[in-house]
Amino acid sequence: MRPARLTVIAAASVAAALTAVTGCSQKSDAGGSDAIKVAASDSACEVSKTEFPSGKVQIDVENKGSKVTEVYVLFPDARIVTERENIGPGTKASITAEIKAGDYEIVCKPGMKGDGIKQKVKATGKGGAEEKRSPEADAAVAAYRAYVVQQAEETLPKATAFAAAVKAGDVEGAKKLYAGSRIGWERTEPVAESFGDIDPKVDVREDGLEAGQDLEKDWTGWHRLEKALWVDNKIGDREKQLADTLIADLTDWQKKVGQAEITPTSIANGAKELLDEVATGKVTGEEERYSHTDLVDFKANVEGAQKAYELLKPIAAKNDPELVKQLDTQFAALNTLLDKYRADQTTYEFTSYDKVGEPERKELSDGVNALAEPLSKLAAAVTK
Amino acid sequence: MTESDSAAQQPEQSQQNGDGTAATSAAAPSRRAVLGWGGAGFALGAAAAGGAMTAFGGGPDMVSAAAAGASVPFHGEHQAGIASAVQDRLHFAAFDVKTKDREELIKLLKEWTVAARLMTAGLPVGEGGFGGLPEAPPDDTGEALGLKASRLTLTIGFGPGLFAKDRFGLEGKRPEALVDLELFPGDNLDPARSGGDLCVQACADDPQVAVHAIRQLARIGFGRTAMRWSQLGFGKTSSTTPDEQTPRNMMGFKDGTRNISGTDKAALDKHVWVGAGDGSDWLTGGSYLVARRIRMNIETWDRTPLQEQEDIFGRDKGEGAPVGKSKERDEPFLKAMKPEAHVRLAHPDTNNGATILRRGYSFTDGTDGLGRLDAGLFFLAYQRDIRKGFIPIQRNLAKSDVLNEYIQHVGSAVFAVPPGVRDKDDWWGRTLFA
Repeated sequence: MRPARLTVIAAASVAAALTAVTGCSQKSDAGGSDAIKVAASDSACEVSKTEFPSGKVQIDVENKGSKVTEVYVLFPDARIVTERENIGPGTKASITAEIKAGDYEIVCKPGMKGDGIKQKVKATGKGGAEEKRSPEADAAVAAYRAYVVQQAEETLPKATAFAAAVKAGDVEGAKKLYAGSRIGWERTEPVAESFGDIDPKVDVREDGLEAGQDLEKDWTGWHRLEKALWVDNKIGDREKQLADTLIADLTDWQKKVGQAEITPTSIANGAKELLDEVATGKVTGEEERYSHTDLVDFKANVEGAQKAYELLKPIAAKNDPELVKQLDTQFAALNTLLDKYRADQTTYEFTSYDKVGEPERKELSDGVNALAEPLSKLAAAVTK
Repeated sequence: MTESDSAAQQPEQSQQNGDGTAATSAAAPSRRAVLGWGGAGFALGAAAAGGAMTAFGGGPDMVSAAAAGASVPFHGEHQAGIASAVQDRLHFAAFDVKTKDREELIKLLKEWTVAARLMTAGLPVGEGGFGGLPEAPPDDTGEALGLKASRLTLTIGFGPGLFAKDRFGLEGKRPEALVDLELFPGDNLDPARSGGDLCVQACADDPQVAVHAIRQLARIGFGRTAMRWSQLGFGKTSSTTPDEQTPRNMMGFKDGTRNISGTDKAALDKHVWVGAGDGSDWLTGGSYLVARRIRMNIETWDRTPLQEQEDIFGRDKGEGAPVGKSKERDEPFLKAMKPEAHVRLAHPDTNNGATILRRGYSFTDGTDGLGRLDAGLFFLAYQRDIRKGFIPIQRNLAKSDVLNEYIQHVGSAVFAVPPGVRDKDDWWGRTLFA
């Protein structure tokens, strides 16, 4: 992990924010009477108008139901434009947002759970209109967002089991659960890292601490526990406490992950970044220097990259069929190479990386370069 | 490439880059502007390609050539970078071929040729180093933008592995003269610095230009090739232009004074270029390359008395004159030297006339972990037949040379170097895959 890094995904949010700001002057002020009224109940989400002028928009929500609700305005790719949580029964809330011309959904979530009740709406006008993306691109973004959310959701129970073993003082049990608890994070690392406040808490390595930070106090997360388990071979009170902290931080991640700014190019470059992670941290054995479970992270990074690629493949295939052919070949080759290091392809039990010799590491590194170089061209292929 | 070719290419590339450097070129010649001079008759490399090299005849030309950062033509009967005047810097790289597909390998060689043609002309590869999609990495890595062509030459070689059985269907084409070298006495070869299916020698007056070229080719190759090892070199230790002073090696001595001259067509034909009847028609006009990384025990050498140093080489240190003579280029009287002196043992007269074209460079790769300078000579020898060139000379040296106390061969590779790329439709290795 690289705490200070501006990932492409984070960079995309910055760009979006700037666009929103610079677009302001062109918009008309939202008057009270122009406000969109949303009547939320336990079973309905009524919107007073489904078409409104783009610009600064006010949404007045009234919760007429019996459950606490939340209201979202979503882009077609399921990205959040704006949201308001915790609107209690019988209360009102107002949301204002800068909304560009385009199609959106207003969603009420009674009980603040599930998919919610959706209403299609349209912001009209031209001023500051966002460049229209193809439905294919929106579909890819929505599917990748779902993937990212799913990975976070699946990580939590696994991490909880790992934390439980730590808290029970079960060194051997915790060791067995350690690598598996990281897979979801590693599959979606570029998105996960875009939450700059969470990444340094859960995935920082000993040498990643900044000057002035205290190793005892400030080093938290998986790798701190990794060292306790494999180097110290014992679990103390501090480790038990850190197991709880890890779960709290991962829960925070799970809550936020759906809101990440995602675009087709950020998915493509995110896939490349996953290979960069392999090239800089895993293939060198730095990432899991105590547990030597680097190949599990390696595999998860490749899986995450492959998922991103598969979602973008329909677009890339039209623009650059040669590249798609190359990527298919190289993903297959790298996966075949990785499979040499596990006896059973249904598990994530890989050879301990300290048992992997220099020539084999070179071979893995060559395989990563062979895939990462064409993968760096994917963003161009989905942008054309 | 003819002069008119290179001139014709300029406006096209300027447009591609669109950075406006051409407009400011009058004040400081850019890589691209230099091509214009070439077209106007700055015929330096064109002459080299023809083997005449008359333009190198005088010192002043040499200086202006380097100062202008001229381009050496890529096209010709022989590959540039062998008989061409030796540039100051080297980046040499050996690659393993990763693809199993013959067509993929051919495609790679064609792509490399296109890139080499551009880079040796001082141009960036692909769509250039900037101005493309902001979301995608540029085609060219960009560190040579704005630099002159710097007499960059790129020379390719094919290692024995390429001809292995059941690989690319080339087993019948392996030249007999491309032999696997025996282990010579004193060799301490590191497999990680030896061998390779392909090699590319990049020579230029600017190290950044040479490194850029290898980096681009490596990048284009990813998935089909992987870099096996590479070596940076500086301070050319040999000269193919006899009017120049022979450069000194890391031991402070002039060595290889009798190197085959790039202007000596008769010697090149006799000792360097593979001839039509030599047994491998595809290699006619090509050559064989032996690359050796020779580590020098710098610290112990530096503690060696001057007389002993001079006895070891068989030359004086100041002038470089052979024992008993006064000028470097005086004909050496071998019997005046100690029987095991380096010059005596390496001389053609001691080796039944065997001689090679040396193109080595000094290297210094930091320290070795024991506080010793990891330095020495990266030796490159071109010859018509390795069995008649490097091998007899090295057998003689490895057995008796007193210099062996101060050197060790730590890396080794051999390559068959195909003939030159003839024109814009030709590509590296076409005759091999025909």
